[in-house]
Amino acid sequence: MAEVLVYVDHVDGAVRKPTLELLTLARRIGEPVAVALGNGAADTAATLAEHGAVKVLTHEAAEYADYLVVPKVDALQAAYEAVSPAAVLVPSSAEGKEIAARLALRIGSGIITDAVDLEAGDEGPVATQSVFAAAYTTKSRVSKGTPVITVKPNSAAVEAAPAAGAVEALSVSFSAQATGTKVTARTPRESTGRPELTEAAIVVSGGRGVNGAENFAIIEALADSLGAAVGASRAAVDAGWYPHTNQVGQTGKSVSPQLYIASGISGAIQHRAGMQTSKTIVAINKDPEAPIFDLVDYGVVGDLFDVVPQLTEEVKTRKG
Amino acid sequence: MSLRIVVTVKYVPDATGDRHFADDLTVDRDDVDGLLSELDEYAVEQALQISENSDDDVEITVLTVGPEDAKDALRKALSMGADKAVHVEDDDLHGTDAIGTSLVLAKAIEKAGYDLVISGMASTDGTMGVVPALLAERLGVPQVTLLSEVSVEDGTVKGRRDGDAASEQLEASLPAVVSVTDQSGEARYPSFKGIMAAKKKPVESWDLSDLDLEAEEVGLEGAYTTVDAAAERPARTAGTIVKDEGEGGKQLAEFLASQKFI
Ligand SMILES: Cc1cc2nc3c(=O)[nH]c(=O)nc-3n(C[C@H](O)[C@H](O)[C@H](O)COP(=O)(O)OP(=O)(O)OC[C@H]3O[C@@H](n4cnc5c(N)ncnc54)[C@H](O)[C@@H]3O)c2cc1C
Ligand SMILES: Nc1ncnc2c1ncn2[C@@H]1O[C@H](COP(=O)(O)O)[C@@H](O)[C@H]1O
Repeated sequence: MAEVLVYVDHVDGAVRKPTLELLTLARRIGEPVAVALGNGAADTAATLAEHGAVKVLTHEAAEYADYLVVPKVDALQAAYEAVSPAAVLVPSSAEGKEIAARLALRIGSGIITDAVDLEAGDEGPVATQSVFAAAYTTKSRVSKGTPVITVKPNSAAVEAAPAAGAVEALSVSFSAQATGTKVTARTPRESTGRPELTEAAIVVSGGRGVNGAENFAIIEALADSLGAAVGASRAAVDAGWYPHTNQVGQTGKSVSPQLYIASGISGAIQHRAGMQTSKTIVAINKDPEAPIFDLVDYGVVGDLFDVVPQLTEEVKTRKG
Repeated sequence: MSLRIVVTVKYVPDATGDRHFADDLTVDRDDVDGLLSELDEYAVEQALQISENSDDDVEITVLTVGPEDAKDALRKALSMGADKAVHVEDDDLHGTDAIGTSLVLAKAIEKAGYDLVISGMASTDGTMGVVPALLAERLGVPQVTLLSEVSVEDGTVKGRRDGDAASEQLEASLPAVVSVTDQSGEARYPSFKGIMAAKKKPVESWDLSDLDLEAEEVGLEGAYTTVDAAAERPARTAGTIVKDEGEGGKQLAEFLASQKFI
């Protein structure tokens, strides 16, 4: 059976959920061979094996942390040359897309980004994408070279599928470009203890209607009662009420949770671009004409300062 | 010293319009008004700021690959303050994908001459966010991308990249390819004077032969990817909308419980 390379997104050996989803999708096309780079690479093996990786290629080097993107491209290319896979799958993070694109160019292949689903097809893997702010769904494929495809979080269910997961050291020689862009300082994000925005099953977002940084406590309280991640519209972020890392939309994160709750958000096209594929959508807005109501499964026309705290209390009561 | 900046700008269908696909499954560029991608305005703005903060002699060229109307995007960038423009236009470019676009842009950038390329974070129609990385790969120069802050001094570009896991300070020597995010600072509006001045600024037109490119290398034929189908997403079925009369939060909780979220 053909092998499929899966680029592993991990933090010091802890595999992030979108990579496990990629393994599910990879198994539809062939046998997943994972590539884990940098500090803790070998520690990823057990989790990857549990989810279907037949092999885990690892390489640790200071370059992955000290220089931007290119060392990872060099390594993925080395893995590509070692394996000759039928496809290469990479998580659709900002960095993932850059790595995938440069690899595609080097190996003479096409690239598809932000797939939300992937199936095997007669002429190679068929990727589903959601485009024009999710107004359209397209089916595309790479028609030249080995398909390189980046896949969005929440595109598949994580499935256990035990496999050998044999760890092999990958041999990598870095290109002349590898040390071109130096990372001179790095400030890790502080963890909020809440789920990762793009990976969360429930996202609770606040917009301009929240009217102040301090009022985001109301949104956070609802999120915590549901075990949800917190999102924000660009208007709320630009006002300095919430960090940009939490922005949902075209220039923020694109989310596709089971449940999305928008409070005080009008539903501009650029916001919709990042949340329209959510399974169930709920909105609280005092303007009955707000475009967000066109998307909702359930909407409450009302003041979020009344509705949200009442909802939070009720959730807590029901959860006991 | 002089510093030659090339800013890549894309002409895109207005996101607030009713965007759709043409019969050949390329983006329909006729039915919806086009404009300079808002995300590329940030790139033009940063080029202007680098120029304003520099003692060097800075020349800013804006470059687009696109149809006839894409000149509008160049005019807008010129009226913001860029010095000159290059429009790569050729009928054979219709249907070019990201790999092909990066090839044409890279050739044009080399022909124009550059020390620094500045791109937007993503185009608002394709939203791939890969062209800057592809340009760096093709040009063989450092990529310093997705910056929310950028500065150039003594042949070095520095910037801050706010990633998911960390915020990083980056540094590379020129020549380099930079891309900037919408966090890099509001783009200026063209002044009346700027709009008048733009009318007199040079706009060069190049076609594929000017760039030593063959038709087969670009367009639908040269594309590395194929779109087989595009379907309008079915409208979401109309949901329940209630007016809060004191019980809105509880009603919402009831709905969430019925959907097994609580
Ligand atoms: C290139 C580009 C990229 C962009 N990218 C993004 C992006 O990634 N994400 C994004 O979100 N936006 C993005 N935008 C901005 C987008 O166009 C909107 O401006 C933004 O989404 C508006 O945010 P909002 O809904 O919070 O604010 P508004 O549109 O001002 O809406 C606020 C809503 O709150 C309601 N409200 C007010 N008070 C209350 C109350 N007490 N109770 C209940 N409801 C209340 C109002 O009725 C209103 O509907 C982008 C724009 C451009 C041009
Ligand atoms: N046709 C084009 N002409 C000029 N610049 C472009 C073109 N396509 C993409 N770009 C540049 O590349 C950036 C990223 O585009 P993309 O990878 O398509 O999302 C844009 O913000 C532009 O700066």
